[in-house]
Amino acid sequence: MSVLLEEPKRTEEFDLEEIVENIIRVYPTKVARKRRRHIIARDPSVPQEIEANVRTVPGIITQRGCCYAGCKGVVIGPIVDMVHIVHGPIGCSFYAWMTRRNQGVPREDGHYFLEYCFSTDMQEENIIFGGEKKLRAAIKEAYEIFHPKAISVHATCPVGLIGDDIHAVAKEMSQELGIDIVAFSCEGYRGVSQSAGHHIANNGLFEHIVGQDDVELEGFTVNCLGEYNIGGDAWEIERILDRCGIKVASTFSGNGSYDEFRRAHMADVNLVQCHRSINYMAEMMETKFGIPWIKVNFIGVKATSKSLRKLAEFFEDDALSKRIEEVIRDEEEKAEEQIAPYRERLEGKTAFLFVGGSRAHHYQDLFSDLGMKTIVAGYEFAHRDDYEGRDVLPKIKVDADSRNIPELEVEPDPERFRPRKDPETLERLRQMGIVDTYEGMMRDMGPGTLIVDDISHFELEYLMETLKPDIVCSGIKDKYVIQKMGVPSKQLHSYDYSGPFAGYRGAVNFAKEIDMLINNPAWSFTRAPWEKAPLIKGAVITE
Amino acid sequence: MLDMTPKEIFERKALRINPAKTCQPIGAMYAALGIHGCLPHSHGSQGCCAYHRSHLTRHYKEPVMASTSSFTEGASVFGGGANLRQALKTIFQVYDPEIVAVHTTCLSETIGDDIPSLVKKAREDGIVPDGKYVIHANTPSYVGSHVTGFSNMTTAMVKYFSEKNGGRTSAINIVPGYVEPSDMAEIKRLATEMGLEAILFPDTSGVLDAPQTARFSMYPKGGVKVDALKKTGSSRATLSLGKFASEAAGALLEQMCDVPYQCLDLPIGISSTDRFIEALIEFSGQTPPATITDERGRVVDVMTDMLQYFHGKKVALFGDPDHVISMTEFLVDLGMKPIHVVTGTPGKYFEHRIKKILDGKVKHANVRAFSDLFMLHQWIKNEPVDLLIGNTYGKYIARAEDIPFVRFGFPILDRIGHSYFPTTGYRGALRLLEKMLDAILDRLDRDAPESSFELVM
Repeated sequence: MSVLLEEPKRTEEFDLEEIVENIIRVYPTKVARKRRRHIIARDPSVPQEIEANVRTVPGIITQRGCCYAGCKGVVIGPIVDMVHIVHGPIGCSFYAWMTRRNQGVPREDGHYFLEYCFSTDMQEENIIFGGEKKLRAAIKEAYEIFHPKAISVHATCPVGLIGDDIHAVAKEMSQELGIDIVAFSCEGYRGVSQSAGHHIANNGLFEHIVGQDDVELEGFTVNCLGEYNIGGDAWEIERILDRCGIKVASTFSGNGSYDEFRRAHMADVNLVQCHRSINYMAEMMETKFGIPWIKVNFIGVKATSKSLRKLAEFFEDDALSKRIEEVIRDEEEKAEEQIAPYRERLEGKTAFLFVGGSRAHHYQDLFSDLGMKTIVAGYEFAHRDDYEGRDVLPKIKVDADSRNIPELEVEPDPERFRPRKDPETLERLRQMGIVDTYEGMMRDMGPGTLIVDDISHFELEYLMETLKPDIVCSGIKDKYVIQKMGVPSKQLHSYDYSGPFAGYRGAVNFAKEIDMLINNPAWSFTRAPWEKAPLIKGAVITE
Repeated sequence: MLDMTPKEIFERKALRINPAKTCQPIGAMYAALGIHGCLPHSHGSQGCCAYHRSHLTRHYKEPVMASTSSFTEGASVFGGGANLRQALKTIFQVYDPEIVAVHTTCLSETIGDDIPSLVKKAREDGIVPDGKYVIHANTPSYVGSHVTGFSNMTTAMVKYFSEKNGGRTSAINIVPGYVEPSDMAEIKRLATEMGLEAILFPDTSGVLDAPQTARFSMYPKGGVKVDALKKTGSSRATLSLGKFASEAAGALLEQMCDVPYQCLDLPIGISSTDRFIEALIEFSGQTPPATITDERGRVVDVMTDMLQYFHGKKVALFGDPDHVISMTEFLVDLGMKPIHVVTGTPGKYFEHRIKKILDGKVKHANVRAFSDLFMLHQWIKNEPVDLLIGNTYGKYIARAEDIPFVRFGFPILDRIGHSYFPTTGYRGALRLLEKMLDAILDRLDRDAPESSFELVM
């Protein structure tokens, strides 16, 4: 089970197909058949399909979490000025309390609840006799203590089973208290991963909060969708856009604000960072309000510049385009200069990336800025379009698990639909790949690389032993498993309590940390001196 | 920091704010990791297992391996039987543990999945290989707390393994409670130094404090072995340390195998450690070796040498009930004044016990079980303290109110040390004294005017 750091890494010489066969051979027959479809040895010369967003095999040891984690934990929790009440036994609220590191600051009104954890702490009698009464009382208490502008209510597993109607309670209390109260049916068992929760969160925000306040916004304005401000990423993105002369009207949902969400529909364009968790919102806002969306990636120096240039193309304003080019020149120069010494030490090293629904793609750009190659990558909860691009959408079969998650019927708003571009321009921008499109991870991964969806613990261990990466990027559950193999691990959910890694300054931070993780002398001590080559010496002495 | 918390206390009946507890299954998972070669299995939605593994990992900075039944909507309607069968099949074929320890979740409890009959069927169908074990504990998240879950899984070890064979060995059983690997090792050491053979269960030492060797092992060296668990039924007695986490296992052993049990407080601080050693004296019939008496003497030495920094200081503390009971007693032994005492775990015994410890020593203390950190914070706003003791979540209150803070209990997410250095036994008491003094003296240094910035303290 040991991985020796000094051994050479030569992925091209490995027969990846053979590695895949060796992996699936270990599983029970049916499981092997299933897992085979989630693992792709890349061959760009032929069209390749991957299975994704389907049930995880029980017992396989997955990275995945639940629907509630995607809804409250990821999308709704980061909104700073709302009280988020979790309706259920205590654990669900407890574990989602500050653990995701979505940073925030209070606005002028001072409302700020990120440090708080709210729960109805359901007890046995609430499960037996129903929890609606307790939920109603909890909402009332929250209102009387904090007077928040809005409250969200999140269902956990038992709530759906015992039949508490959280939507009715929310509606009733909303009328009684005169504030928005939005309920989310995000019971943990819905869907197959966090992904279901993202969708449910998008639906609730869109139906109840977005587009309620028509305030004219001035200048070039964007919403940053799917940006959760882990380690302050959103603030670095805001800094860069601000330098270019572009204002961020709202961020969904890192450092998110209720008031800003209400007027988000007035912005010029939506920037989609994490496609998986927020594409629903982008689509619905475009249909209802006419806001196109641009897939961006602010992870990586070149990727950030590329994303800014997409904005220049979109706004078609000479002065803005000029400013963007100036910012790119200046920021790239500074960042590359600072990255250079790290790059020297990292050039040619290899990485594995198993994270999220976007980061396993985004961070490949940043690793390539460092001269490193991503040899195996995979998402935890993405769908086929995140791998194969949105062209595959019509071909995806909706299975029973996905059918349970409501798709909202959205129509153009008769009064407030405002096309940002004339139809021809919009179509041209689409053709250019600027708006309303995402090409997915697969196209960026060449021969000699492997894609593994919803990786299991066994697969991770086997691939590490075989391909001997220099670093593996994953989450907290894998972090010390990986490190116990003598290989450094970078958490790409929590950023190892560091960051930002977005934008130009973030890229420099990341370079510094990857260099630190790989080249710190501590790794050289994993074997005691007497363990390194004791046997031969011993033999000589005995003779 | 915590700017939305008003000073004015509002008695709540329904809303829990900033809990001082979490749910049963995480405790069951932690306990199961204390069996050698065991893979804990969470029978419920994926998120439970992911959250518990994540949080235990944040606390121990170690691999925490566990699997899940991955419930979907279908399983929630039709029951999780098929999921558990598939899970057991996958687990035994791919990960080959000696034991799978299944715990339930609020989902599978609400559905009413009958784990023993599902496992029985799986065994009959050849899904569970011969010679392998599957044990289970019911751990509904809406009852008790993580401490209850720990207790339930520990009790399951007795239920599944303890054998009554009529014989009596000279060994004693020790149920150490929801403590750190370092504490389990320390408790074992004390028993061994007293000349006793002890079966400690669960035992996470050597599991969640594993060395870095560049070789990952899914089942580390430590953990109580099945053979030892079987023998607990013929031990001469059981010491259950901590009423909330450990009494149930001792009581069941007595009921099942006629092994008498004695329930003591967790040996944290001087008085409860004295009682623990006295109990060991009773079993061994020996006076403690000089090493132990000297260890104790060092604790008393620091208590007397440094008493001026402890005496009369007001303290707020929170955490798991067994920990807080012993810690409160230690604070009182130091001449300190614990004035706000909270546990999130329900149980009236906690309030009785704390009030008894404080009786005649501290007037007007706020003591509450089944409470939370929001309440504790409001109490502190109304009557400030000199020291706050509790898990990592306390750091927000400590910063908001500018109070010296000592991390103690579970979870500690932002410091290391707890896995390696015990807070139990006399060594643990010494460490607690050092930690409290560091916090108190650092504050004195920070706040002292230059003219009275002391060289010697």
